[in-house]
Formats: sequence, C-alpha cells, structure tokens
Amino acid sequence: MIYLDNAATTKTDEKVVQEMLPYFSENYGNASSVYEFGSKSKLAINKARETIAEALCAQPEEIYFTAGGSESDNWALKAVAEAYREKGKHIITTKIEHHAILHTCAYLEKEGYQVTYLDVDERGFIDLGELQKAIRPDTVLISIMFANNEIGTIEPVEKIGEIAKENEIFFHTDAVQAFGQIPIDVEKMHIDMLSASGHKLNGPKGVGFLYIRKGIKMGSFIHGGAQERKRRAGTENIPGIVGLGKAVELAVTSMEERAKRESELRDYLIGRVLKEVPYSRLNGPRENRLPNNTNFCFQFIEGESLLIMLDMKGICGSSGSACTSGSLNPSHVLLAIGLPHEIAHGSLRLTLGKDTTKEEIDTTIEAIKEIVERLRDMSPLYEDFKKKSS
Amino acid sequence: MYSEKVMDHFQNPRNMGEIENASGVGTVGNAKCGDIMRIFLDIDKQGVIQDCKFKTFGCGAAVATSSMATELVKGKTIEEALQVTNRAVMEALDGLPPVKVHCSLLAEEAIHAALWDYAQKNHLEIQGLEAPKSDVSEEEVEEEY
Repeated sequence: MIYLDNAATTKTDEKVVQEMLPYFSENYGNASSVYEFGSKSKLAINKARETIAEALCAQPEEIYFTAGGSESDNWALKAVAEAYREKGKHIITTKIEHHAILHTCAYLEKEGYQVTYLDVDERGFIDLGELQKAIRPDTVLISIMFANNEIGTIEPVEKIGEIAKENEIFFHTDAVQAFGQIPIDVEKMHIDMLSASGHKLNGPKGVGFLYIRKGIKMGSFIHGGAQERKRRAGTENIPGIVGLGKAVELAVTSMEERAKRESELRDYLIGRVLKEVPYSRLNGPRENRLPNNTNFCFQFIEGESLLIMLDMKGICGSSGSACTSGSLNPSHVLLAIGLPHEIAHGSLRLTLGKDTTKEEIDTTIEAIKEIVERLRDMSPLYEDFKKKSS
Repeated sequence: MYSEKVMDHFQNPRNMGEIENASGVGTVGNAKCGDIMRIFLDIDKQGVIQDCKFKTFGCGAAVATSSMATELVKGKTIEEALQVTNRAVMEALDGLPPVKVHCSLLAEEAIHAALWDYAQKNHLEIQGLEAPKSDVSEEEVEEEY
C-alpha cells in the first residue's frame, strides 16, 4: 500500500505506541485520585502538557487537552462568543476553514451572532487589507486557520496576529494541519487560542488540545468535573495524552529535517505531474505551502473515479469532488479559490508523510498518468473538448 | 461502499465508447453536479437496439450504471428498452448506496434521451416517451469551460 493521505490521518509512530501502552495496562490510575498510584497518571499528563507548551512557546497551564481538533474549534468559538457577547457579537473567519469552524459559525449565526467570511485569492491566501476592513467595534474574535487542509496554503498568521492585537480582538487559529509540520510561536505570532490534533502528527486519534492564552475568560465546554483547571470536565484520556506528548516531542525534534525532505518530494511530485499529465493544474501556492501537501485538478475527469482506480492499485489519496463530500457540491475550498464546479470535481489531494519514499511517488505518478488517460477515454467532456479543438 | 457488481462494471465497463452515425444519441446530467452520461444507440429497421455504447464523466456509480444500462437495453426493442427503469439498473447491480441512486436515474434518462433523439430524427412518435428533462446540449457543456 502507498499511503498518501497523511492530511486525513497518520500512522501512529511505533515509539508513540510503546509510550502509551503502560498507561492502558499498568498505570491505569485516575489522575484525580488521592493515592500514589493515581499520581503516576497525573505526572504523565503534566509531562505531555509541558512538552506541548514548549513546542508552542506557551505556558503549560495554557494547554487544555480535548478529544481532538473539532472539539477544540467548537470550544474556542462557542465559549469566546458566549463569554464576550456583551462586548460584541461579530466574528471574522474565512471561506476556506475546516467544517469544524464553518459549521460552528453557522450555529452561532443562528444564535444571533454575525460572521464575516473572508475571501481568499486564487492560491488560498487571505487579504490583510480585507481583514482590516472587516473589523468592527463589535468584533470579538478572528478565527483563521494556520494552514489549509486541502490545498496547503500557509496563511500570514503573524501579520493576522498583529492586526488582532492592535484592535484588541482575540485571535484563534485552527492549526490542526500546521502543528508539528512547521514552527509555531504563539508569543511572536500573537495567537490567543490554537487548536491541534494528535493523529495528524503520527500521534493517536481521539486526542488534541486547545491552547488558551492566560487571561482569556471563557467557560467550560464540557461540564462535570474539575479536570483541566475546571475548564474541560471528564476523566483524562491518559494514554492518548501521553501519546500526543510523545508525538509532539518526536515531531519537534525531527521537524526541520522532515520538512526539508517532504518539501523536496512534494516539489518533485508537483513538477512531474504538471509536466507529464496534460490539462492538469496545481491547487494552492508554490511558496508558503505545507511541506507535505499537493493538490491537483485533472480536467474532464471526476475525482471519485480517480480515487477508486488509485485504490485498486493500492494507492490512498483523497478528493474534493462532490461524490466524496457527500453533497452535490465539490469542495468549498476549491470553489473559494475560484475554480469552476466542473474542474473542482476532478481534484486529487496527495499528502506525504515521514515514511513516504521517492519510489512510492514515482509509482503513483505512473498510476495517475494511466488512470487519467483511461478516464478521459471514457469522458464525454473530453470527447467534446477534442472535437472542439480539432 | 459499492457492491462487487458495481466494482466489476466500474473496472471493466461494458460497451464503453462511441457509435459513429448512431441512430440516436442522448446526453444528460451536467458537469456542475459532477455527472454527465452520453448514450449512443444503433437501432435497426425493425426497431431493435443492435448496439449501445456510452461515455460517462462521473463517479464509480455513474460509470457502473451506464455500463449496466447499456447491457440491459442491448438486443431489446424500443418498447422493451423503455421498460428498463433506474430500479432495474440498480437491481442488476445488486444495489447502490443511497447517495448514488441519482446515478441510476441519470442512466434511465440517458437511454430515454437517446431514444428521443432517434424518434426526432426519424419523425416517429414513441408511446410513453417524453422529451428528456435534463438533456445537456454540447454547446452548454462547452460554455462552462
């Protein structure tokens, strides 16, 4: 199998699994218990919290463990909106956020909040001038993703943070795709809240965190206990938290070398596909792109067919076609960068991981060439195009 | 997600291609929604479908339903071909996931559109056949590019 869907999830690193195992079997104590046995769990949580805080240049008490990126996004938006509603009920975000942000914003709109969805340019970047213009006296929160999950665009986060700070507005960033891949410094970048998830960085599923800058008043999302400084009730997912901590430790120490290797492979893949597959295009930027992300459109073919045929060759990828999104519309991100529907249906996202090899990339490129040709032979759109151009 | 039959017809589509100077051609669906089917029919003087081919832009289910629909109408009379419903196509494929049922409807419409084209060309009236609802003219498709 060639796994090129690392933006969907990653394989849990063997070292992470080994670190987690004792917390299922031997050290199963509840971290809230009084006896010595429970304190082992408490110590393990603290260690993970410190590792994560250090990775972000934050304080350990600013890290709150959650069940993953979606919970963190939901919590950040809903809790800030509720806590600061006296100040205002306006939120600024973008059209290319993950649905954990977009659907939470839609929920808040029903609750009487107003949301501005910023446009992006053809590479997926927001316009800082547009952001400035969108700010109103009643704006309480700016939520802009660190890097896009579909097309890999890395937003100008530091500049966004400056604008937010100057205007005394909280800045939340969904860093699910960026954390562990590229350096993040919450101080330097003026980030007030940040969501991240374990399983995107070779950690376990079902665990993530929300960084909340000290001083931000916001309520609990889950009520019922004093865990996480009374802000997130529920017995801690200790094996998950331990695994997340280990994954972050590994990601941070290998980041530079990994980013270099993956971005070289990424550029090799992009270069060959654009050169060797006619009527193909790259979605997203060439610069300021996640090291592991590629996203292409192949005209005249549909994404799901392409995915199934790749799967038959043992290659795992993903698509922004309507058929894979469960709706009639193709990816909102591809539409936001200005692609027409019919082109957006033919998209393919391949996201590399730490174990991806050049041989795998070569095999994948050959497979794409063969499949695209086959599907075009089948396509009435290609037939029309050929007739028109002949 | 798909039945073995769907996967088989997707991997080895029957009757994929074009018929030159076809008796009737029907194109339905639109690129915006991600599915376009084009059916070519070769109908003899006795009104029997001698050959049927398809071209499809769409998902796995769209390809499989096109393939199965061509198999089901081949060798049939026009009247018999009109009885090939989307349900029949789905049953022949051992079912489709609920979100893909529209693909089978598209296959039925494509057959009807090709028969309609045949009837128009030959100034015939085929009982029970109505003008296709979602026929996409080639000009419209081209416009979108």
